[in-house]
Parts: sequence; C-alpha cells; structure tokens
Amino acid sequence: MTSATSATSATGAAAGGARLTAAIVGPGNIGTDLMYKLLRSDVIEPRWMIGVDPTSEGLRLAREQGLESSHEGVDWLLKQDELPDLIFEATSAYVHREYAPRYTEAGIRAVDLTPAAVGPAVIPPVNGEEHVGAWNVNMITCGGQATIPMVAAVSRAAAPYGGVSYAEIVASVSSVSAGPGTRANIDEFTRTTARGVEEIGGAARGKAIIILNPAEPPMIMRDTIFCAVPPDTDHDAIVTSVLAMEKAVQEYVPGYRLLQEPQIDEPSEATQGQTKVSVFVEVEGAGDFLPPYAGNLDIMTAAATQVGQNIARSLLAGAGKDA
Amino acid sequence: MPADTHLTRTWSATHGDDPVTGGLDLRLTDTCLRDGSHHKRHQFTATEVRDIVAALDGAGIPVIEVTHGDGLGGSSFNYGFSRTPEQELIRIAAETAQRAKIAFLMLPGVGTKDDIRAAQDNGGQICRIATHCTEADVSQQHFALARELGLETVGFLMMSHTQPPEVLARQARIMVDAGCQCVYVVDSAGALVMEQTADRVSAVYDEIHRDATVGFHGHENLGLGVANTVIAARSGATQIDGSVRRFGAGAGNTPLEAFIGVCDKLGWTTGVDFLQIVDAAEDVIRPAMPEECTLDRMTLMMGYAGVYSSFLKHAGNAAERYGVSGAQILLEAGRRKLIGGQEDQLIDIALHLKAAQDKAAANA
Repeated sequence: MTSATSATSATGAAAGGARLTAAIVGPGNIGTDLMYKLLRSDVIEPRWMIGVDPTSEGLRLAREQGLESSHEGVDWLLKQDELPDLIFEATSAYVHREYAPRYTEAGIRAVDLTPAAVGPAVIPPVNGEEHVGAWNVNMITCGGQATIPMVAAVSRAAAPYGGVSYAEIVASVSSVSAGPGTRANIDEFTRTTARGVEEIGGAARGKAIIILNPAEPPMIMRDTIFCAVPPDTDHDAIVTSVLAMEKAVQEYVPGYRLLQEPQIDEPSEATQGQTKVSVFVEVEGAGDFLPPYAGNLDIMTAAATQVGQNIARSLLAGAGKDA
Repeated sequence: MPADTHLTRTWSATHGDDPVTGGLDLRLTDTCLRDGSHHKRHQFTATEVRDIVAALDGAGIPVIEVTHGDGLGGSSFNYGFSRTPEQELIRIAAETAQRAKIAFLMLPGVGTKDDIRAAQDNGGQICRIATHCTEADVSQQHFALARELGLETVGFLMMSHTQPPEVLARQARIMVDAGCQCVYVVDSAGALVMEQTADRVSAVYDEIHRDATVGFHGHENLGLGVANTVIAARSGATQIDGSVRRFGAGAGNTPLEAFIGVCDKLGWTTGVDFLQIVDAAEDVIRPAMPEECTLDRMTLMMGYAGVYSSFLKHAGNAAERYGVSGAQILLEAGRRKLIGGQEDQLIDIALHLKAAQDKAAANA
C-alpha cells in the first residue's frame, strides 16, 4: 500500500473464502448491471454504490441488494473508516481522471470502465493476467471489448507469416444503448478503440468505426472485424484461432457468437494486395439489468468483472505486488 | 415574374453581403467529387479532381464538395480504400478553385476532429457534418471545433425519409445549438416524394430559420431529384446539393445542370451559366465517370425500399462474391433497417441468402 490509512483491508485478512470488498462509483446503467454481476462473484463483495443524485434508481436498487449507498460522491466514500479494496469506476472519463490519484493514494485498486485510459488497457482473454498488479486498469470501450479479442485471434494465427498489417473494426449498437457519455465523446471511442486494436489486438495499424442504429425493436450489438494478413497465411489456422477465441469470450459473455464462419478473401486491388479476413459477431447481453440487445454494455461489465476477479485472486493469493 | 415569387426565402435574404453569392436566390453545392466517390469506388485521380473543379468553378458553381464518399477517414475495408488520399484531393481542389469554396464531409464515428483540422489546413472552408437523422447529438463536439476554427458549418440529417417532420426539426435544433449554420434535409435513399419533402423542409425551416439556413440533398432513385429540390426551395431551402451528370451514389444525385436550367425558367438566380455547366457535364464530368448513373432494378429497389444509396456498389460486390441476388440484398437491408455506415452487414445478408439458396438447392 502506498499510504498509511486507518482503513482495514480485506487483503490483509485474506483467508479461506475471503472476498475483496468493492465500491461501484456511478450508479447508472453500467454500474447497476455491474453490481448484479459482482453479487455473483466468489472473490469480490460489492459493498458500496456511490452516486451524486439522491433520486438515482441505481442507488435504490443497490440498497435493495444490501449495499451501502450514498449520493454524496467519492468524497463521502473516502472519508469512511473502512475503505474498499477495489473501485469500479462507471462515471465518465473526466471524473475518473480527477479521482484516480486519490484512489491510489488511499490504497484502492481501480478498474476503470470509462475511456479515461489512466492505467493499462485490459482485454480478458488476451492480456487479462498481465496487469493484475497495476493500481489502475482500463477497459477501453465496449466496441474494443467485443472486437479486439478477434483481432488478437487473427494476429496470433498470422504471426508466423508477418502478422496483421491493418485491422479495422465496425461496431453497430442500438441508439438506446448509447448513453450521453458515448455520444458526447464519440471521437474518444474511435481513438481509444483503434489504439487497443493496435496495442492489444496486435495490428500494425488499427481503425475503429461506430454506428448508432435507432431501429425499433433495438438491434442486438453487431461487430465486424476486418484484418489484412499476408497472402501465404494459413487459412485453417485463422479459422481455428477465431473459433477458439469465440469460446474464450463465451466463458464470460455467453451471448457472444460468430454470425458466420470467418470469410477469407484472396488478395486483390480492393484489399490492397493483402488477404482480407472478415469476422462477424453478435453480442447478446445476459439481461442482468440492461436488456439483452445491449450486448455492448454487457460485455463491458462482464469483462470488468473478469478483470476485477483476476486482481482479487492475485491479491488474495498474496501475489499482487505494486505495479 | 419576380425572382422570389415562389421562394419562401432566398440565399441573399440571409447572405446579401457575401461578395460571391450575395445576390443569389439559391446557393448550389456540387458533390460529384464526394457523393460521386461512391459511384467511382473512391478511385478519383488528382488530374480528374483538378479538371472537374476547374470546370465547375469556371461555370460558376459556388461550392464544391471533395472527400471520400463516406466522409473524412472513410478510406477503409468497410467503405472502400481511396486511390488518392482525400486530403490530397482537397488540397488540389482548393488550389484549383478560383472562386468556389471547397467543402468536405465528415461522419462522427468514422472521421475525427483531427481529420477536420487537416482538411482545413489543406484549404477546405466548409465543414459538413453528417449523422443519421435521429443521432444529431453525436455531432456536437465537431460543430464546436469547426466553429472555433472559423469554418463555415453545415449539418446533414441523413435518411430523412425514415422520420416524421417534427423529429427532423428537433434534431435540426440540436445541430444548430451546437454551432451548425445550415441544416440539410438529406434524402439519402432517394425515397422521398414531393409532399414528404415539403413537409420535412418546412418543419426544419420553421424550427431554425431565425438562427440558420436550410438545405436539401436529393437522390434519383425514384427519379424525383429535380422535382423534390424545386419543392424544397419553395419550402425554404436556400442551399441546394446536386451532382453534375447525377454523378453520385445509387441512381445518382439531383442532376445539377438540369436543376440550373429549371431555375433559369423559374427566374431563380444561381450564379451558374447553364450552357457552360452543360458543356462541363458532357466534356469533363462524364469522361471521369465509370458509367452513367442509371435508374435500374438495383437503384429503383433502393428508392422503393428506402435503402442508403451508397450500399449499391457494396451490395453488387457481395452479390457477385456469393452468387446471390443484389436486389434481394438491398430489400433485406431495408427490412433490417440498416442505416448509413453499416456496409459490413451486407456481407452478412449475402451469406444468409447463400445459405438459404444452398439449402433450397439441396432439397430440390
């Protein structure tokens, strides 16, 4: 821990069956959905829900589930005698950038569901174990969580032939599932996602496109992943790798599925001389709090739960040293 | 007859002091170097852009739009890669034009603010920001930046046929409040008929005319480009899009040279010389087109089913790749309520059609 604090810490008391305590900051759709997932965790105990609006539905639901709820914000939380081991931030990039240093100072690990990108980015089936010692980890974007696993799947298959020179993802989500944060910060979405496609997906160059579709009934999240690979890349290896990645993501997002077999187009002028791999996925949410069409939000909360649990297990095992 | 007999508003009523367009009833934008980019599969060369801009500018077209068909940053697997980088084409256009202003298009979610800055550095003066017509709020940060940079701003409400007039008016208000100076009713699917155009343009006009101007962007998929545009002008639109020789997505845009001829007959001033623009259409624009933009089975299907015009070539590609009907792909795109930008889903549709076709063949 970086600073002296009078707060007790479950890490110290970790014994058989012990769980780390967690606070969720931001009782909106994401925070509330996340709460239901954490309530099922055997290594994390969600104990606080923090908001700023006393009339918040999320705070009411959290109280109903036995969480201590406050509308007095993070300042209230940090004044308590007992502090959480983990904070899940589901507010906005602006808010998280402001509070992140205070969490670290208080000895609290943060899983950041905003695009603030204060800490290293994590995609569970790709680098989920890499940053368990970090004080702050970032979940990129919903589109990134849904597509970067597939870019990584193609990358690992194409690695012996030179890898993915360019990957492009197209995320289509229903308008009703895109909140004011996404709408006001759509550039941040495309930029943060594209960077994740490169840094975690392994593409030399990445591009991200997002579409908000207002169709009624709302469409289930759909994502298309295009990758350019060298012409001699083994097609079967790509397909095998993509199918294996589908299974890996399904372990925490059961509604994640390929819509079609990966499509492989031979090099042409339209593919700039590279072989083009197209992967089509659909993400149906678990419906914990958000409706099933909002797979974009579900994959975010499911991934954050995975990452939080990895950190918790590592800390409980006494292996989680400061990053 | 007096020039503005049937016009609710003229361009000069709001922009009388503009040295180039101040005396005009309508201000025209040619978009063959942007919307036509779809028809050209984004393969414009520097020479073609130079020649086309010179011809349009020489005939008196006051605004020329130049960008990848899907806007800044559109060069991609999903929409097709540009042969020449669009920023280079914008620069060439700006260097070539003597009087015309160069406009560029951007779609939030595809392009970013950095692309807007680059386009301005290359000489673009009018920033046109397009969203689906229910999603105007994604454009707020871009309008704010464009105004901060001193760019003229235009907002595009795409697929306007899908929403009633009052919804368009509310969305137009969001854009204007964000810094948009002219909101276009955009008939991306060429699906509007005249009364629907009039209702939509009038509603947007009523909502924003104290603060901004109104524009209309038509397509030819039901053969109504000129008719819709005349009605739009009578309903208060003072900025008008079209493409010489229809050079645009789907069955093409409102044929600008024809509209200019119609304006001459109606006594509406556009500042464009009819004979010169007709020559440019024939001698300069047509040779740069891979083929004429025509009303055929595929493009009619788009107007009829309300499908985004730039899906045309992509549906054709997918139909050829998987041996299924392109018209069926477009009908299914309409049924799935796909919107602009979802070109990737056309491949999924083609694969579904192929699976159904294979199954039927196996059972036969």
